[in-house]
Amino acid sequence: MPREVEPPIVQREFVLTALKESIRIDGRQLLQGRQPQLIFGDELGWVECALGKTRVIARVSGTIGRPRPDRPFEGSFTIHSEISPMASSVYEAGRLSEEEVLITRMLEKVLKRSDAVDREALCILAGQQVWQIKLTLHFLSDEGNMLDCACLAGVAALRHFRRPEVEVVGEEVIIHDPTERAPIPLSIHHTPICVTLAFFEDSEHPIVDPNHLESLLMDSQLNIALTHLSSSTSPTLCVFQKAGGMPLTADEIRNCVEIAVRRARVLSEWLEKKIKGDWEGRKASIEVH
Amino acid sequence: MADGSASVMHGLTSVMVTVFGPREARSRATTQHDRATLSVNDGRACIQRGYVGRILEFAANIKSTFEPVLQLYLYPRSQIDINVQILQSDGSLLQAAINATTLALIDAGIPLNDFVCGITCALHDATPLLDLTSLEESDLPHVTVAVLPKSGKITLASLETQLAVERFDEMLRLTGDAAKVIHIEMVGVVKARTDRIVRAMDSAQASGGARGIPDVDAEMGE
Repeated sequence: MPREVEPPIVQREFVLTALKESIRIDGRQLLQGRQPQLIFGDELGWVECALGKTRVIARVSGTIGRPRPDRPFEGSFTIHSEISPMASSVYEAGRLSEEEVLITRMLEKVLKRSDAVDREALCILAGQQVWQIKLTLHFLSDEGNMLDCACLAGVAALRHFRRPEVEVVGEEVIIHDPTERAPIPLSIHHTPICVTLAFFEDSEHPIVDPNHLESLLMDSQLNIALTHLSSSTSPTLCVFQKAGGMPLTADEIRNCVEIAVRRARVLSEWLEKKIKGDWEGRKASIEVH
Repeated sequence: MADGSASVMHGLTSVMVTVFGPREARSRATTQHDRATLSVNDGRACIQRGYVGRILEFAANIKSTFEPVLQLYLYPRSQIDINVQILQSDGSLLQAAINATTLALIDAGIPLNDFVCGITCALHDATPLLDLTSLEESDLPHVTVAVLPKSGKITLASLETQLAVERFDEMLRLTGDAAKVIHIEMVGVVKARTDRIVRAMDSAQASGGARGIPDVDAEMGE
């Protein structure tokens, strides 16, 4: 496996010295994340998310199949994500690197294990037919913090997706064509937002949303996924993952959670607005024709 | 034979860790010129689909917890292998594995900056619970924390279930206190083991025969 080329000592020193003076090389503030961009495709459930030069495409698709025998009332929700060599030359096709395992597992925890998608609502005919929802993530380019970008893309795609309406008459299942009856959105319990913080031994403050160079040089990282972020509800931690690296005190961790809540609230509000905006745009085009 | 080993039991959960090394690195690709490479191996056989990722993550968690605590720069171009074998599983696996790894590394005589004490904490309504069984783990929001007792800092924290932000802080504080108890327990075990070895060496010298040190594994019960 090709190992990532370590940044030259000069560059390393430069980045670390600048950080000590609270300056980031791309001109951001320490706690300023990159502004994400969402591009919704023509098809429902196709979303491309860009965080700086990091790019991820998320695609949700649904098929009808048999449920698992031990859970006859539940549909299935699976996440397929493979980081191909397209993202960066360090990733190899068909072979799991440690970083890739951690990203995939984290996505699984944030989107699947936290029960973001209501699986019982995917049941059509108990024990016979259920919706099988599949979320596929394509990592197009890696410029740091692929996890946050993938999480945002995945969540947006799930909210964007509409499945055809089905009707059960006796034992028969009728699937209505989207042109015939308006397709319906998935039932989503909550919308988790992921925030990554990076730590450097020399600088006392964490940084939000590390870029590629920063993530090569950082001493440890902290992934926090939060939900229930509207201003009326109290924020809930969904996943908190700090695997080794630099040790932190309980106060520092509390501080980090606060930072994450602030960023996640902004992102959440922005995401809601984007999804709503896209949906409004679609309605207009229907009325014209 | 392993250079160091320890088995830890927390209730019905039982984990055995063996440490090999520092020894010559197996593959040149992973050799680092300025320090030892740490490799963690989880001995579970994975039959279930989707289980592979979980095991790899478990091993990666242990590796990244111990990498900054071990003084790896003392052994350039070499390799330290940690094998984690789960003998019995009844919740709080990561906690048991971290504690066993600390003891095994100490048994192997590899310099550490500090002990690493793992503890799992859950919340039932407002009552915190420590050291969970499988049943408790599957129903309650829980967090596994690894603490360095000397500085009281947290090196690993892993929460996989939903939990209100205010509660999280409370739990972290509690685990700090719990880790101190585990630390005292671990120091006791390490001292007892060292004592046994010293006494065995003394008696071997007194009888004049070099019969070697009897192998006694460090054990820790709670």
